[in-house]
Amino acid sequence: MTALILRDVRLAARAGGSAMLALAFFAAVATLVPLGVGADLRLLARIAGGVLWVAAMLAALLALDRLFQADFEDGSLDVIALGPLSLEKTSFAKIAAHWLTTGLPLTILSPLLAVLFGLPAQAIGALFISLLIGTPAVSAIGAIGAGLTLSIRRGGLILPLIVLPLLAPAVIFGAGTVLSALDGLRNGALPLLTAFSFAACVLSPFATAAAVRLNLGS
Amino acid sequence: MLRYANPARFMTLSGTLVPWLGGIALVALAAGLYLSFAAPPDYQQGDTVRVMFIHVPAAWTAMMVYGLMALASLIGLVQRHPLADVAAKSAAPLGALFTALGLITGSLWGRPMWGTWWVWDGRLTSFLLLLFLYLGYIALWNAIEDETRAARAAAILALVGAVNLPIIEFSVDWWTTLHQGESILRKGGPLIASVYLWPLGLMALGYTLLFFTLWLLRIRTEIMTRRARSLMLAGEA
Repeated sequence: MTALILRDVRLAARAGGSAMLALAFFAAVATLVPLGVGADLRLLARIAGGVLWVAAMLAALLALDRLFQADFEDGSLDVIALGPLSLEKTSFAKIAAHWLTTGLPLTILSPLLAVLFGLPAQAIGALFISLLIGTPAVSAIGAIGAGLTLSIRRGGLILPLIVLPLLAPAVIFGAGTVLSALDGLRNGALPLLTAFSFAACVLSPFATAAAVRLNLGS
Repeated sequence: MLRYANPARFMTLSGTLVPWLGGIALVALAAGLYLSFAAPPDYQQGDTVRVMFIHVPAAWTAMMVYGLMALASLIGLVQRHPLADVAAKSAAPLGALFTALGLITGSLWGRPMWGTWWVWDGRLTSFLLLLFLYLGYIALWNAIEDETRAARAAAILALVGAVNLPIIEFSVDWWTTLHQGESILRKGGPLIASVYLWPLGLMALGYTLLFFTLWLLRIRTEIMTRRARSLMLAGEA
């Protein structure tokens, strides 16, 4: 399982990999927002949590349709499926690799963008923590979508439609964490986000494996 | 129940049921509509209260349809029975339609009552997300050519959605809410006067039976389409 994670991470990190592309996309979207809504830093600080959360989520989705696709096309997914590792564990490894190459770098980049949005320090911390805890849920739920759209040639278009409504709780709790930190409030957003993320990571490999299995069966 | 999973038996049974269900649905809708207009105007909302009679049952039906679709998906996934797959597939567009109807009538009601077509309120938002879930389900089904494979993929999606729906509902409610709370099924009896409760109940019955009529019709159409297709394939061979 570790070998599979390492292999996927290496593939994503090398040339043409998705990790850098997702980061660049994240930064580009975040740059366009002030151009659209104006440069008022107070307004930007207010919307920063939501904008960065949505942008990070879209960036992570961008890399999702390749999650199983490349391995499916060249046949290595069949080899993996025949191997000793169960598809559930394979799915978990894929989710972990996806998070390590998109969710984690996006989280690390986010404080920098948050500074550009004029977010105060305590809210930047909240954004960082909420992304760190919440992005695994994006990878996990996204993986279900990637598994389901595996055999569709242009699955890249359907994937977001399937996955985004399911991810609404992550955005609500994630951006809610940032907002409450901004207002100096303590509310239940972060524990709820943690619970959502844990549940998604635990349950998703089973749904993902079921989805992949039906696409592998001839 | 499983006895009627045989398509031939299902066709005979549903063939006799459809006119009855449809007839009762029409009567209930007609009586409900009549009572809706006969009911006195509300002391606060005036005549706009009548929107409730077409809005609330649409929303109820939309949620019930998702439940039925998820149930059919589960049966299809576990029993591998094509009829359950067809049932789930046929329910989705109807569910999307009732969801859209609930959203549109709600919007028309919100304009005079809240002074705006749309508010980012808990129930409205979760209903909009429900509509997207339906659309995603339909899109996934249409995108996969192989029918059994499409059925199973869509079933997994429906079940994932069913698990996630309460969480979405909760998160959106937690987020903010302006929509009024539950006023029918609550401790201590309904908060609505019986002069409104009757037309509401009749309309709900009418909507539900209408859905079942259309559902059975869609399932029958799908079965006949598949039969026609296999007959054509057999003719070519």
